[in-house]
Amino acid sequence: MTECSFGITGKDFVLLASDQSAGRSIIKMKSDENKIRQLSPSLCMAYGGEPGDTENFVDFVERNLRLYQIRHNIELAPAPASAYIRRILAEAIRSRRPYVVSLLLGGYDKIKDESHLYWMDPYGTKVKVPYTANGLGIYVALSTMDKYWYPDITREEAGQLLKRCIDEVKLRLAYQFSFNAVEIDKDGVREYKLDGSA
Amino acid sequence: MGSPMEMNGGSVIAMTGKDCVAIASDLRLGQQAVGLSADFEKVFPINNQLYVGLPGFATDTYTLREHLRFRVNMYRMKEEREITPKTFAHLLSSTLYEKRFGPYFIEPVIAGIPAPSAIDPDPKPFICNMDTIGCITTPKDFVVAGTATDKLYGVAEGLWEPDLEPEDLFETISQTLLAAVDRDCISGWGAVVHVITKDKIITRHLKGRMD
Repeated sequence: MTECSFGITGKDFVLLASDQSAGRSIIKMKSDENKIRQLSPSLCMAYGGEPGDTENFVDFVERNLRLYQIRHNIELAPAPASAYIRRILAEAIRSRRPYVVSLLLGGYDKIKDESHLYWMDPYGTKVKVPYTANGLGIYVALSTMDKYWYPDITREEAGQLLKRCIDEVKLRLAYQFSFNAVEIDKDGVREYKLDGSA
Repeated sequence: MGSPMEMNGGSVIAMTGKDCVAIASDLRLGQQAVGLSADFEKVFPINNQLYVGLPGFATDTYTLREHLRFRVNMYRMKEEREITPKTFAHLLSSTLYEKRFGPYFIEPVIAGIPAPSAIDPDPKPFICNMDTIGCITTPKDFVVAGTATDKLYGVAEGLWEPDLEPEDLFETISQTLLAAVDRDCISGWGAVVHVITKDKIITRHLKGRMD
């Protein structure tokens, strides 16, 4: 799987970044595909995996979270949303047709005033982490994050750290990736400008 | 992909002492050789006197923990009393055997002290482990599970002795776990130890080698 995504949390925000390539095997057919989906007002998912499964899975999750919001008139907080998403994956893995989807889930809990980041794989393994990577990114950027991340990191430094990770990808991976990113905080989800990462 | 049992890594151990038991786990969660988290606990409280360790495939650790939480809550409401370690062991055993031909990839470890009752006023500490399909083993000394099983057996065999007091038991189980996981690539990254006595539980987090 030739995807690559990153997540970094600070005290009151989460940064999610993902590569934008779409293709099959060694062929890249598109380099501006958005692979970060907003699921609810303050919840986002950066996903990768089998192309057909990903779109189907993300649509399913998005619509069910929307349905919850309409029924209960409140959005599902990141922690319960992560449990819900994990359950779909965990039940599917032992079914006839599993979803081959791995993802990073980033969100902001407005009630508890906390930022949340979850790493999930297609088996339904879920871990809450302060910073993480998915896909090829784990091999080149986790040590960069280990070195530069610290608790309550500022937005500026988290942005710089993200830049370092993307630079590392360019330096060490044979694949050419372009990235997009979002920033999630108490005010919702915004696009995060990555300068010079074409 | 390797075997699910060795995909995420992690180990659990439980030991008996004099009127006390201890249960401990490492804190690593990985994807093969890549470490992802250093605070993934594999030991969970069931009630004030009973803990269960669920090492193995991490997705099943989570699924089983949630399922057991549901089953134990239902038991508590229906019976209006806490589940005893022995009953809980059989509950977990049959839960695992239900999935006989597509098992949860978990080798559970249970440690607890039963509450005194009319039939059994002075209950003995209880430990046991199981295979992935729920076959229970109840040794007198210690039980181990997870990817560092063979190393844990070796060290525990050398360090454990009968009738340890809670603090000595804590030292024994901690040294056993830390020594064993240092020889296992996919276990370690710190540890958590619970010592259960008749009137209290002592929980301590240990620092370990981070390599």
